[in-house]
Amino acid sequence: MSGYTIIPSQISSLPWKIIFLLIALASFGTTILYSAADGNLQPWAGPHMVRFLIMLAGAIIMSRFSLDFWKAITFPVYLSVLLMLVGVEVVGSLGGGSQRWLNLGFMRLQPSELMKPAVVIAVAWFYDRLPPSRSADLVSLIPPLVLMALPAILVLLQPDLGTTLAIIFGGIVVMFLAGLPLKWFTISGAILAALIPVAYFFALEPYQQRRVTTFLSPEDDPLGAGYHVNQSAIAIGSGGFSGKGFLNGTQSHLDYLPEGHTDFVFATMAEEWGMIGGLATIFGFYLLLRWGLKVSTNSASRFGKLVAAGLTCTIFFYIAVNLMMVMGLAPVVGIPLPFLSHGGSSMMTIMICVGIIMAIERQPKSSNGKFA
Amino acid sequence: MAIKTVIGKKNKGGGTGLSAAKQEFSFTRRAMFIGGVQAVFGLAIGARMTYIAVAEKEKYTLLSESNRVNLTLVPPRRGWFIDKAGKPIATNRTDFRVDIIPDRLVNKDKTVATLAQLLSLDDDEVTRINKELEQSNGFQPVQVASGLDYEDFALISVRLPDLPGVSPRQGFSRYYPSGAAVGHLLGYVGAVSAEEYAQERNPLLITPGFKIGKDNLEKQFEEELRGEPGAKRVEVTARGKIVRELSSREDTPGKPVQLTIDIDLQNYSARRLGLQSGSVVVIDCITGDILTMASMPSFDPNSFSDGIGVSEYAWLRESEKIPLLNKTLQGLYPPGSTLKPLAALALLEAGVSAEETVYCSGGYTLGNRRFNCLGHHGSISMADAIKRSCNTYFYAMGRRIGYDKIAPIARELGLGQEFDLPFTSQYYGTVPDSEWLRKKHNRRWSAADSLNAVIGQGYVLTSPFQLAVMSARIASGRKLYPNILAGKTKAAPKLPYSDEHFAIARDGMFRVVNAPGGTAGRGRLPLDDIQMAGKTGTAQVRAIKRGERQSTEWKYRDHGLFVCFAPYDNPRYAASVVIEHGGGSGAAYPIARDILTYIYDQEKALESLNALETSWGGTIEQRMTRDLERYRNRENEASSSIDDASNSNGEDNEETNSTANENET
Repeated sequence: MSGYTIIPSQISSLPWKIIFLLIALASFGTTILYSAADGNLQPWAGPHMVRFLIMLAGAIIMSRFSLDFWKAITFPVYLSVLLMLVGVEVVGSLGGGSQRWLNLGFMRLQPSELMKPAVVIAVAWFYDRLPPSRSADLVSLIPPLVLMALPAILVLLQPDLGTTLAIIFGGIVVMFLAGLPLKWFTISGAILAALIPVAYFFALEPYQQRRVTTFLSPEDDPLGAGYHVNQSAIAIGSGGFSGKGFLNGTQSHLDYLPEGHTDFVFATMAEEWGMIGGLATIFGFYLLLRWGLKVSTNSASRFGKLVAAGLTCTIFFYIAVNLMMVMGLAPVVGIPLPFLSHGGSSMMTIMICVGIIMAIERQPKSSNGKFA
Repeated sequence: MAIKTVIGKKNKGGGTGLSAAKQEFSFTRRAMFIGGVQAVFGLAIGARMTYIAVAEKEKYTLLSESNRVNLTLVPPRRGWFIDKAGKPIATNRTDFRVDIIPDRLVNKDKTVATLAQLLSLDDDEVTRINKELEQSNGFQPVQVASGLDYEDFALISVRLPDLPGVSPRQGFSRYYPSGAAVGHLLGYVGAVSAEEYAQERNPLLITPGFKIGKDNLEKQFEEELRGEPGAKRVEVTARGKIVRELSSREDTPGKPVQLTIDIDLQNYSARRLGLQSGSVVVIDCITGDILTMASMPSFDPNSFSDGIGVSEYAWLRESEKIPLLNKTLQGLYPPGSTLKPLAALALLEAGVSAEETVYCSGGYTLGNRRFNCLGHHGSISMADAIKRSCNTYFYAMGRRIGYDKIAPIARELGLGQEFDLPFTSQYYGTVPDSEWLRKKHNRRWSAADSLNAVIGQGYVLTSPFQLAVMSARIASGRKLYPNILAGKTKAAPKLPYSDEHFAIARDGMFRVVNAPGGTAGRGRLPLDDIQMAGKTGTAQVRAIKRGERQSTEWKYRDHGLFVCFAPYDNPRYAASVVIEHGGGSGAAYPIARDILTYIYDQEKALESLNALETSWGGTIEQRMTRDLERYRNRENEASSSIDDASNSNGEDNEETNSTANENET
């Protein structure tokens, strides 16, 4: 078909289906942010769309690079992001307070966001090189755990529990897919479950503890820590089946819903678009994730498989945790909703994930790496 | 679950390592597993969303509306009290007011200080506000000031953003045009207390500016008077900023309550009591309608309703004339000789002839005890014994028939009784008899007890209201039921005593006022065609030994009492006047005379009253204001002299002292 058109093959060969899906999701997000600002493009909707388009272009450019290129830069990238995380800590302690970003002059870079895809690629890179016969050795477990633990500890120090969990989640998923013995996961899962109460009392900051207790019973403290969750449920519930209509949300416009343009953007949307809008959004995400996993299974290279699936799961982690938080199924951890929430760093992470998955889709037949 | 076990078996089979093909297969399985887990999460989230948005929609819509819409209640205008002619007794006046909602206060001391400065509140008020703020349970408004003029109101309103918790409002406040004259009759209104709110969890009760009836009629008719609140619905942001007004509903004012009171007569009576501590009750002898119930000194219900100041309350509480007691219903006094017409009626009913005479030699000897009479009346008949208030006659006759024959008639005439009236509390006093004495004091009734009781001393205690009812029942010969609500007259059956006997008792009372030698000779009405009949009474507060002069100290002086009715030939109005520590009945009957005169000739009565008020130092209000000021100055002086002792440097103190001195001179 492409042979008969005048469109250059570079353009016609682009994964248009997924690009349209992304544009649709981001446009919907822009619409919601437009309403959240009482019908104004500023301060959120306009920048959101512009940022998306720039990053989409970036993702398409990323997809032109070969998988070998990504493989080659994996470790340097991982190391430099790790150094940036250390840098954030140093700057923070010098400045006398916790800080999550580095000021590069033209933008504020949040290295912990970059670390989410970086960890996935790094762990995948390791298992790509590990011979299958060694995959059940306990020794083979150490390097990826170190790869995950270093950034996880640095991010936890910030402290940013949500991002820490996202980093660990991405790494674990790749390890799971790499074929490590299942009992390792079940045993460590059991140990982890036993450690949760200990972690609650000794590792969490008081404000994080409060979020957990609030999650368990938000009605106990409707004006305090439970306020976010309650107001979010009110926004979604009062939206009903078809919503209150565009620009007619009261929870968001009268400021009852906090963070209505960032973490709780889904509630802002659901209030005006109702269950229809909510299920449509979830369906859009379903298509995105299905595409990601399909790319993974279709990829001939082990690296491609692991990276595509790992990055898809990273995107899934954002979506699932955010939606569960918004609906009161998970504690309030500051994780934004991809394509809908306003915010540059997280959108960059997602678009980097998408760009790399698109690169894997373009070249299913890449060779597997080997340890020398 | 199924997938998991399959994967698990695969790995076990793989042993320590996997071939590339097996790894490939394992990956596919595990990717499917992850896809499945994601799908489960997706379905769970979708289901949760559906549940919230469909099943719980109603609940959340309601919550969203209650977020968005702020309903402010507009306190209803309170129903009026009107008198029998429709003249207002209690009304409402427009009012600019400022309240504090304690829960919303950010900086209590600063806010109160700012308000005190803006509204120039005195220390007394600031103390009251702070005290009420401490006692408040948070959501109940505390009144800062009411009756503000528009400038002050606007001054606060523009400062609102800097004064969180302060609520200025335009509303209505209770107004009693008669002031202190109706204080005890109506009671007063006030902000709802925590206990009252606990009993009735009505949001109206904690609306700023809403007042509830606190005492007497204001309290008893709360339901009728309250009305329905209006409502203002406004859309507000989470920070409380009003976006727009949605809709409002006007309040429905409470229903007016019409009383049998004649407000002009009530006011006149209260004024006529002057500097005395006492009470006046006037009852219509045809209907039983209560025309006047005045107890003075009293409190001004207007200041109570505005939230009374600490020092004003202390002044009322500390006064020896007990302005906080409703003496008409709650003052109990030995009725003294005012019971003699009643005793005469009982004697006649017991078969004593009105013509029979008793020789009075200035007293009566019972065994070895001497019961005194106030004079040597010689041979005296019943009517003259009433006229001259001869104790000896009643001692002798009372002893003959025994008090057990008198007590039932006393009760039938209203003594010792509680009446079906909407007042918070009535004291019913005592009408003793042998049965009562045995139960109460476990003692046998003696002749001496009869002698004391028949002249209204000993155990007998009555309220001024009961005396007025007795007077009305003697005057009409019917069992009149006193009534305070217009149009609620109860049928009054004839009393089961002979008309002739009533006529003899009334004749005795006529002579008291109109015959030469009567004890209330100066009580004659200054009218050509109307004559008053009455009976004087003096109740001892402390036994006076023979030859001893009456004490000059106010609180040991005798009470002066007078019961009466007019016109004599066709009774229409019955009254009682009780003057505490008046020194004798001479303090009471001139007041009764002027009050009855007022009914028939207002001009004449007002003329004499105006002259009296000038000599007393002004109207009730003027005198109360002056007394209160004097009290405050005395308090200030006391506290500033304490300051002087502890703090020798003080130009300010000197200044207060000099002003206090000026006021005293």
